[in-house]
Amino acid sequence: MSIWHEYVQKEGTVPEWPYAVNYDKVNEIISDVLVVGGGLAGVRAAISAAQAGARVVLADAGHAKRSGSGGAGVDHWHGACTNPCSKVTPEEYTKGCYDSMHGYMGAHVRYIITRESWDSLLECEKWGMRIRDVEDEFKGAEFRDEETKLLFAYDYDNRHILRVWGYNVKPVIYREAQRLGVNIQNRICITSLLTEGGKQGTRVVGATGVNTRTGEFYIFRAKATIIATGGAGRLFQFVPELTASSSMSDMSSAGVGHAIGWKAGAELVLMEKTGPATLSGFGYAPYSMGNAGNTYHGVPVIDANGKEVPWVDAFNHTIETIEGRFRCGPGQKFQLGIGIGISNYLPEYQQNDPVHDLPDRIRKGEFVLPFYIDLTRMSEHERRVLWGMMVGNEGKTRIPIYETLNKAGFDPDKDMLQAPVMTLEGYLSSCFWAARANTPPHYRAGGGAYLVDWDLKTSLEGLYAASGSTAYGGGCHGESHATGRYAGKRAAEFVRTAPDPVADPGQIEAERRRVYSSVHQDKDGIGWKEINQAIARVMQDYCGKYKNERTLNMGLRLLREIRETELACACVSNPHELGRLMECSSLIDFGEVMMCASLARKASNSILDFHRLDYREMDPQEWNKLLPIKQVNSEIKTRELPLDYFLKAPFASTYEENYTVHTGKETSK
Amino acid sequence: MSKKIYMVPNPPTPNRALAFDPDVCLGCNSCVDVCPTDVLMPNPETGKPPIVLYPEECWYCGGCVEECPCTGAITMIHPASQRISMNWKRKSSGELFRVGMKNPPAPNNKPPSG
Ligand SMILES: Cc1cc2nc3c(=O)[nH]c(=O)nc-3n(C[C@H](O)[C@H](O)[C@H](O)COP(=O)(O)OP(=O)(O)OC[C@H]3O[C@@H](n4cnc5c(N)ncnc54)[C@H](O)[C@@H]3O)c2cc1C
Ligand code: SF4
Ligand code: SF4
Repeated sequence: MSIWHEYVQKEGTVPEWPYAVNYDKVNEIISDVLVVGGGLAGVRAAISAAQAGARVVLADAGHAKRSGSGGAGVDHWHGACTNPCSKVTPEEYTKGCYDSMHGYMGAHVRYIITRESWDSLLECEKWGMRIRDVEDEFKGAEFRDEETKLLFAYDYDNRHILRVWGYNVKPVIYREAQRLGVNIQNRICITSLLTEGGKQGTRVVGATGVNTRTGEFYIFRAKATIIATGGAGRLFQFVPELTASSSMSDMSSAGVGHAIGWKAGAELVLMEKTGPATLSGFGYAPYSMGNAGNTYHGVPVIDANGKEVPWVDAFNHTIETIEGRFRCGPGQKFQLGIGIGISNYLPEYQQNDPVHDLPDRIRKGEFVLPFYIDLTRMSEHERRVLWGMMVGNEGKTRIPIYETLNKAGFDPDKDMLQAPVMTLEGYLSSCFWAARANTPPHYRAGGGAYLVDWDLKTSLEGLYAASGSTAYGGGCHGESHATGRYAGKRAAEFVRTAPDPVADPGQIEAERRRVYSSVHQDKDGIGWKEINQAIARVMQDYCGKYKNERTLNMGLRLLREIRETELACACVSNPHELGRLMECSSLIDFGEVMMCASLARKASNSILDFHRLDYREMDPQEWNKLLPIKQVNSEIKTRELPLDYFLKAPFASTYEENYTVHTGKETSK
Repeated sequence: MSKKIYMVPNPPTPNRALAFDPDVCLGCNSCVDVCPTDVLMPNPETGKPPIVLYPEECWYCGGCVEECPCTGAITMIHPASQRISMNWKRKSSGELFRVGMKNPPAPNNKPPSG
């Protein structure tokens, strides 16, 4: 007996909610630093703030030991530019990221990351995650350094991306946070930020939350608050019945961190950015089938008759050998690696791939579907490092993929894994599982975040942002460690002289009424899932690829309608549903910012994948700028900011100088 | 099993996400504790395996399995639509296999690297 239906059938009763519920109970927790979100960035922020002597509370919607996108592991670590084997400097790497994104990139954050990513990794090693081939399993492999025993991924020439055995990364950093005495509050869905005097735009003095098992209310008062809640995966697509096992973010990815900052009056940036939902969740379980991208980079793809698909570099030169797929082509200093998500905008930094016109070649009959990947054609080291090390540590792979497929009898020494059979455009990207594997043409939010300075501080005093998705310029796994670690230190410095946090009782009371209204309501409203689906529909329809002023305004109207009708009379049965409903409320706020930011950008933009049908000219020079957006007394304000604001006054004009000033470190020269 | 037929909603999709082996499971609820999305609930009867209450919220991360102290107490069950997409072909014989097939080949017991 495993599922609810079986229980009911067997016992003849509906099981009672297993946790004591008390919607009236209020708990107050006071600290120096409050971290909102216990993913990688959040736990790292908590650790570094605690190391600096601050009293730290960390609140996570799930359980910080396993929660978040990185909770299920890591196999490749980007931006480790200061590792002893790297041939890329932080300056070069930062420029690569900035140029690749044509300037739409918080490159100061990338610089911080590349200065500290390797140090962040070394700490993980110290705490118990393996980062070296100590057993000499890959001795002599060309992706290994014999002295340090480090393994490299994707770009064997430049050695700035490392292969790591990170399946246990989250338990490892969780234990360290516990050891340092961080007060970890699991199952707390944060619902709002508290501000001085209860006003928008003032100093942040804590947050409120609800326990999703007991329903109890929490008031957190803190001198500094760090937002590390990840992205908003549920905003544009919500069909969990179909997508859970194939989606890239879990259910708690609901943009709450952005939404509560928006309501508190913080400035957000690039909220108008969207992208095709390649990781849509309508595809297949990630890494579970034949493909040649990211984790499977370099693997031979063969067609139904055994004919191999050729590989090319970014400039379409043919690559003759498997080894060459991991080397830079002519005209390239280094490659960024596909996993970083920004490598496809400029060929100078792009990875090698199977031929770029594969769909056409299939259409013309050159290749016959289905494709397979043939690991047996790789060297033993390459095969083992791919199926065994990378699949096995990647994230959602050790048990779901490696163990599941192996137990079912798959053997990489003998078998070929089939690739999806899908619409031909799907084969444009080598990550076949993430491609358009017969999915509806969906869109997603594309990376809007808090505008942050060189301290990763937001526009509000006492509020910091630290993670891949909440700090403008963040990135993937290693990036989340590095930004979290950095923001924790800066927040700890701030609290040394910051005054005690005084919360506004009126603001707390209003929030309590808002949170619990669904609990006290007659049960004739609808629940969180149906509401979430409606929100996602509005976003797809009115904030998808093509927009104009009218459709955006209609979308805004519909979101506000949902808030005033469906959400206002929603009902919940237990604290779990209450948490999910609160997240829906944040999704509406997040959607609203996206629509408002989209209205403010009166020009189409190719890098932002932003298509205004009423301003069709693509990339007009005068719109090459950021448009930070915030609320002042509930009125929406935007302003203009140069793309490289972090190198303009009041900041210094070089990365190195700013970094040195803000970290108090010696210059590296 | 009770002989009575109850009014219950249709099973959610995916139906299971996980299966527990009651002979192996200690009912320690470690898996319940760490699940990032609270898919599982403790069994009202102490010592019995947890109950999958929200299978559609399962992210298939495998965290519960990694946390479990008893090998074999929990097994992940991918949705059928995913099981039929995990296919492979044996090079030497051309045989076709998939996860969840009727007569599966012998398991490959090679542990992951590290
Ligand atoms: C399957 C998979 C494999 C990956 N593999 C790699 C890889 O090999 N290399 C790489 O570089 N990158 C990889 N990534 C990307 C990388 O894991 C993410 O970029 C990174 O985990 C982001 O970390 P984060 O801390 O910023 O956010 P998240 O990990 O998303 O954490 C957010 C946290 O906030 C919590 N939270 C959300 N809302 C609330 C709320 N209201 N109240 C309280 N808490 C809240 C959540 O529970 C969660 O713990 C992978 C991602 C996935 C999904
Ligand atoms: S696989 Fe992950 S999300 Fe699913 S029940 Fe286990 S721990 Fe929870
Ligand atoms: S962790 Fe394992 S033994 Fe403990 S309750 Fe879960 S399945 Fe049973």
